[in-house]
Order: sequence, then structure tokens, then C-alpha cells
Amino acid sequence: MEQKYELRLYVAGKTQKSVTALSNLKKYCEEHLSGQYSIEVVDLLLQPQLAEGDQILAIPTLVKKVPEPVRKIIGDLSNKEKVLVGLDIRPRS
Amino acid sequence: MSVKRETSLRLNKKLTALPKTKTGINGLDEITLGGLPSGRPTLICGGPGCGKTLFSLEFIVRGAEDFNEPGVFVAFEEKADEILMNVASLGFDLERLQNEKKIRMDYIHIDKTEIEETGEYDLEGLFIRLGYAIDSIGAKRVVLDTIENLFAGLSNEGIIRAELRRLFRWLKDKGVTAIITGEKGKESLTRQGLEEYVSDCVILLDHRVINQISTRRLRIVKYRGSLHGTNEYPFLIDDEGISVLPVTSLKLDKPVSSDTISSGIGALDEMFPMGGFYKGSSILVSGTAGTGKTSIAASFVNQACLKKDKCLFFAFEESPAQIIRNMRSIGMDLQKHVDKGLLQFYASRPTMFGLEMHLVAIHKAIQKFKPKVVVLDPITNLITVGSFSDVKAMLVRLIDFLQNEQITVMFTALTLNTVVSEQTDDGVSSLVDAWLYIKDIELNGERNRGLYIMKSRGMHHSNQVREFLITSKGLELVDVYLGPEGILTGSAREAQMLQEETGQVLHTYAVSRKDRELLRKRKVLEAKIESLKSEFESAEEELNKIYTEEEIKRSVMEENRQKITEIRKAGGKFLSGKQLNGKSKIKK
Repeated sequence: MEQKYELRLYVAGKTQKSVTALSNLKKYCEEHLSGQYSIEVVDLLLQPQLAEGDQILAIPTLVKKVPEPVRKIIGDLSNKEKVLVGLDIRPRS
Repeated sequence: MSVKRETSLRLNKKLTALPKTKTGINGLDEITLGGLPSGRPTLICGGPGCGKTLFSLEFIVRGAEDFNEPGVFVAFEEKADEILMNVASLGFDLERLQNEKKIRMDYIHIDKTEIEETGEYDLEGLFIRLGYAIDSIGAKRVVLDTIENLFAGLSNEGIIRAELRRLFRWLKDKGVTAIITGEKGKESLTRQGLEEYVSDCVILLDHRVINQISTRRLRIVKYRGSLHGTNEYPFLIDDEGISVLPVTSLKLDKPVSSDTISSGIGALDEMFPMGGFYKGSSILVSGTAGTGKTSIAASFVNQACLKKDKCLFFAFEESPAQIIRNMRSIGMDLQKHVDKGLLQFYASRPTMFGLEMHLVAIHKAIQKFKPKVVVLDPITNLITVGSFSDVKAMLVRLIDFLQNEQITVMFTALTLNTVVSEQTDDGVSSLVDAWLYIKDIELNGERNRGLYIMKSRGMHHSNQVREFLITSKGLELVDVYLGPEGILTGSAREAQMLQEETGQVLHTYAVSRKDRELLRKRKVLEAKIESLKSEFESAEEELNKIYTEEEIKRSVMEENRQKITEIRKAGGKFLSGKQLNGKSKIKK
């Protein structure tokens, strides 16, 4: 049984970058983590107080809460390799 | 903001000037003529440990406490609780202010190791956080300390620069007065060239160590749309926060007094027509070693204390106990003034801390004690901790401050026969109102002290060199003797005086002899007059005798003639026996 991935994507409104990031993320997860992940999208325009908790500066930011260690990936997630390394799906080279 | 606007500001004050926000930092508002530009970002830059964080934090705290302007402090460097602890020693109770919703501390941390960057992003998250923090307490002031850390945490510089530009515009739109701190770069004001984005007001902090003594300085590099002091101003961080000390106040409009204050030496007061120094003036007493400068200062203090004026004595050379003991030997009891609380000593070695610290310590002591008279003994010792020009700058500021408070100050200065100290005299002398100079007069193998007034602004003064004596009864001035060979002092003067005294005795003797002779002559003359008088009397008597005889003779003859006539008339008639024998009265 593989570990379950808890992912949280911080966005600010429906911007181009946010939309791209979310669709990229979904695509990678389906390919590599099918059935073992959950994605929570936080819109900081609606919940600004949540920005402090995860130290969010850049938008969009993807935070991998589980499994440890916590990792952040910022940007529209267009580089698939980097995202997979960031999520510890691929080992670091 | 253009040059045009600045000119028009000067021409017509009724035009709306740039609105300013008071920082509440001691002295800074004076230099900036009212504070930082309201609703605009200000850049504070400087090297590590120069006080940027503290500076910006004090801006927030003072705003919250004194001006009712809540503030947000965003730390990119230290954690909020670390800052809380760091500033607790300065008396800033950030926790209470946070609970009262006057301050909001936000800590933004970027750890490069846990961040991957892929593709396009922006810093909207920072904006949202900042906006949320500002709105949650209605902040008017914002500090971003040190925003350059973004460059260390994120690798896409292009995005950061674009976002920073947007951030500063956004802060302006928000109408908050912001301070952004930046680390000093090698060739630019900040490492990342932040000054490019923040162009309204830039303040540079500096921390220099000269001769192992550190001095903090501040300079306003630019301030658009406003006049400002352009000098480097020393500033201090102590247990009450930051104090910036303007080198000179921007105006010379101090109140002046024409009352005078006695020097404590009667004869010295007489050298001034007004009977002493002006109140609130500054007096320099200079002289070589052992000429009695401290004694003059002590006597000045003693006199003021006797008049119930409070005095503060800054001793940079001797301890208070030493001064009190030494002054007792010349008949001054300073201890009783100390006991009464009229006199306070403040003794410290000049090397204990830098000049600025000294100046602030002096400021604080004066503001606390509120004296009428201040003595600094000696200022030349301060040169050991600062260059000549630093000491001069410090004294200018001190004199400025004292004159504003109408405090009379006396400095003593040691002169040596070296170029440096001559400069000191010259440098300081232009600042002081009165200058007493004590000089060694060496004559006949002994040293004596001569005192004269080099200058005294605003009153005539004696141009005479007076001999200055330190006796067990106190200080005295005697007129210098002018002998046939010039000025005489000390034992030569005594000798001359003795010699003149001898002459006086001889003279007195001669005079009395002449008097006696005169008396004798008079007696002789009087005797002569007496004998002449008696001679005259006898001559007169003789003359009188002849005259009487003549008279008798004449009357007898007349009688006889009449008798004969009678006889002839009677002829033969008769001859009365009576007529014949009648004796007529003889007139005498």
C-alpha cells in the first residue's frame, strides 16, 4: 500500500497561471499517483488569513503536506520533471 | 516632485507642502523637517549591525504609541518572537501592543531547500498577506525588513524585480507610510539596487569604528520634495531607543539673556563691566598644566551653588572625591553642596565610550538634573576618543543645546605646546562667548600665573594681565606690578613692593624733618615779631611823652600870655591877687 499524498494548491483568483497549475497538477497526479492523492485548492482572495500558515509568498504554490518532508513548488508547474522531483516521486539526481 | 515644485515651496509657503509622518525617533524629525514622506516608501540601508531593524521597529512602535497609527512589521530575517526578545531590552513592549491590535508582526520565511520553482509565478501571496495584515488593524505604517531576502530565497530575479516594483506602487496606493530596509551593497546603496524602486526618501545608516571606538551615523541621501539636513548625523542606540543628534540645529535663534552670573572670583568679575559672565553663555578656560583651570571651574560652581543654583560637574580627569578634597585645600567646601543636592558630579573616563555616547550621556544627565551651570573639565581629554573635528562638532552641538536651555557652561582646556592642541583652542574658541587664558609667566627662576581675558562677546573687558594666585583661602587676582624692567610677578613683585615700602618710610622721615624745621623757623620768626612789637611800643611811648610835654608847655605859655594881657589891661586899676595867683586848669 503506497502512502497517500495530501496536496494543497494556493491560488489567488482564477488567473491564467493558477488554472494552468491546477490542470498540470491533476495531469501528473493521474499519471503517477492515481488514487493515492487528494488536492485541496485554497483561494487566498477568499481566505487571506491562510497565507501565513504555510508561508505563502508566490502564487501559485503547491504544498505537499503528506508525506513528510513538507515541500513547496511554486510556479505554474509546467516543468513535469521538476514537479515529480519536488513531490519526491522521482529521486533527486 | 520636481525642482520646480521645490522652488515654489520656498516662494510661497501657503502651497501644500509634502505631507510628512513623524517618526517619533528622537532628533530624526528635526533633520527631516517633520518626518518621513506620508504614504510613500522610504528606504533605510546600511551594513550589518548598523541598526536598520531597530530603526524601523522604533518607527512602528512610536507610531502606535505616540501617534495612534497602527503598524505592520514584516520580518524576512528574524522570527517574530526573536525580535520581541531583542527589543524588550529597549523597553518596547511589543507583546502588549500586539494584543492591543496596534502592531502586527508578520514573519515571512523562505527556505530555498524546500522550494522548487517551475514556470511562471508571481508574488500575489505576499501582497495578500500584507494586505490582510494592514487591513486587520487598519495600519498606517508598514515595515519590510529586509525584503532583499526574497532574492536569496527565489531564483527568478526577473520576476522578483517586477513584483517589487509592483509592490511599492501598491504600497503607495494603499496610502501607508512604509520603511523598507536593505543591506548595503559594494558599489550601490543596497545589494539588489532597491534604491531604484524606492526613490522618495533614502536614509543611509553607517557604523564606523575609529580608534577602536564605534560611532553610528545617519545620512539622508535623498528626500524628494523636501528640504532636509544633508550632513552625517551621529546617532545612538541606548536603553531608550534611538537618538539622532543634529550636528547643529538648523537655525541660530536662541534666546539670549543680559543678566550676568558671577565667576566666584571678585577681582575676575571686576574685569568685566557687567560684573561677570552673561547667563547662558559659554566660557572657555584654557591654560597649560597646573595653572588652576579646575580651581577656577570649581570656584564658579561653588559661587553658583551658594546662590542656590543647581550645578552639574562633568569630570573627565579626576574623580569627584578627588576634586572635593583638592578644592577643600583652597578653602572651598563642595561636599556641602553635594549633600544639599545642588551639585552633582558626573565622572567618566573619556575612553569609556565614544564621543556620541558622551554627548548623549551629557544630554541625558542635563535633562534629568536641570542645572543652571554646567562644567566640563577638561574637554581636551575628549580628544583621546575622537578626532579634533569630531570633538569640535560635539561641542557645537552641546553648546547649541545648552544655549537653548539657557544653561551657562564652562569648559576647561589644557594647552600644550603642540600644534594639535593649539588648534583645539582655536577651534573651540570660535564657539565660546568668553575665553579666559591662564599663562605661565616665568621670571627670575620661578613660575607664576597670569590671567587675562582673550575675548568676551558683547561686553567690554579688561585688557590687563592679572596675576592669579591660588591661596588657602581661595583664588585671588592681583594687579600685575609694572616695574622698571616690565611686568613683575610672584616674589619679584613682592620684592618690588618691599622696596617701594622702604622708600616710603624714608620719604615719611624726610617729610617730618622738614616739618620740624618749618616749625622751628616759625618760632624764631614769631620771637622776632614779638621783640619788634615791644620796640615799637617803647618808641610810641617816647613819642607820646614828648607830645604831652609840648602840650603842657604850650598851655602854660598861653596862660602866662593871658595873664600878662590881663595885667596890661588892668593897668593901674588893680591887680587882683586872685588873678595873679589863679591857677588855670591845665589841659592835658
